[in-house]
Amino acid sequence: MTEWDIIWAARDDFLYGFANTLVIFALSALLAFVLGCVIVYLLEGPKSGPRTLLRWLINIMRTLPFLILAYLLYYGLPTLGVRLDAWTAGVGALIVYHGAYFAELLRGARVVLPGGTVEAARAYGFTTFTMFMRIILPQLLIRTRPLIGNQLVICLKDTAFLTIITVQELTAAANSVQSTYFIPLEAFVVVIALYWLISICLEVTIKQLGRFGKKRGFEHA
Amino acid sequence: MPDLPAVAIERLSKSFNGIEVLRDVDLTVNRGEVVSILGSSGSGKSTLLRCINWLEQPDRGAIRIGGQRIGVDDNGRRMPARELAALRAKTGMVFQSFNLWPHLTVLHNVTEAPIHVKGVAKKEAVRTARELLDKVGMAHKMEAYPYTLSGGQKQRVAIARALAMSPEVILFDEPTSALDPELVGEVLGVMKDLSAEGYTMVVVTHEMEFARAVSDQVVFLDKGIIIERAAPEQFFTAPETERVRKFLELKQ
Repeated sequence: MTEWDIIWAARDDFLYGFANTLVIFALSALLAFVLGCVIVYLLEGPKSGPRTLLRWLINIMRTLPFLILAYLLYYGLPTLGVRLDAWTAGVGALIVYHGAYFAELLRGARVVLPGGTVEAARAYGFTTFTMFMRIILPQLLIRTRPLIGNQLVICLKDTAFLTIITVQELTAAANSVQSTYFIPLEAFVVVIALYWLISICLEVTIKQLGRFGKKRGFEHA
Repeated sequence: MPDLPAVAIERLSKSFNGIEVLRDVDLTVNRGEVVSILGSSGSGKSTLLRCINWLEQPDRGAIRIGGQRIGVDDNGRRMPARELAALRAKTGMVFQSFNLWPHLTVLHNVTEAPIHVKGVAKKEAVRTARELLDKVGMAHKMEAYPYTLSGGQKQRVAIARALAMSPEVILFDEPTSALDPELVGEVLGVMKDLSAEGYTMVVVTHEMEFARAVSDQVVFLDKGIIIERAAPEQFFTAPETERVRKFLELKQ
């Protein structure tokens, strides 16, 4: 039996891990994205105490290593009487962490959004919420498309950290196979290929979405 | 309340960083009237226009749109955001730099506010938009995105967008100043048509011929003060102040 035969024999473990990684990634990326949009909406308007606080929270999140956050939620929170299972703690950590990043990249685009279109919306009687949903957010999304793609890939890779807090995802599956049969090279090559596969699908999708912007004159390169 | 003026401005004052840009400005715009606001750059004319729909908040004074006070109530309390938005929806505004929504087609630029601000049914909004785009000669570009249009075309779409709200008054903030000279005519032509149809318009402009031909009332601002107001014939042929005479000479 070659090393590759062993990998093949353990394919169910890999597939289980792969499926779990996909679910974790899809759920946390989606909710992190929504969280980012909500935060940018909350930041809409004149400077105020709560908004300054929110900016601080984003910055704290962004300057924290992701692994520490995962540790904190999984091992730290029980001290405060909150006990989350590994999966919930891991997904929760991904959501708040990448939510902060999504918020920051959208905020960056908001800061440089030409003011005229927003002013026109205000002059036409849009309320802040409708204006955000109909006029501001669509423009931000078109303008940040490549950055969103980038953030999604980072989010995908961060799911691998969850193995350390015992979530049974793709990296955990590879780790288990390699330590049982001692075939690290093959096990990790397979895992890399699978992460690549997801990343490539993401990239292709994000690239396709560029058509929206091109059609509307947002992109020139 | 058909007798109330479309816009009534009383003793309006506004400063930016301690510099007074408007001082005790009074202005009444009656329904169906076209008022042109003239003056050199920095005289406060754009600020005056932008105060009308509260894009700028004046320091003192009162503005009423169709009799309803905008921004603050008579006790000086700030208007709730929703009420302010609802009152703004009764005004239309056309900007120097067009400010069309770039992610929406021409048609959707025109239907966006009626549907999502006024709650007009989609079908009806589209029908109205078609008529209005036809009126400004842009019906053939309905499915185009703004970036494909020339400046004059953009501004005509922006005018259709303003009309779609059936506004009590349309505010024009130097609508032709960003246009190539050969495109100015098509925009002024549309504006002339509107005035003939009885729209109430307040126009900040440097187009003297237009102001002369279309206005019911011409107002001249200098350093934040209205120093002259008159019917266009009198304003352009027999100005009362030296300042206006000089200004008109330079514009010849």
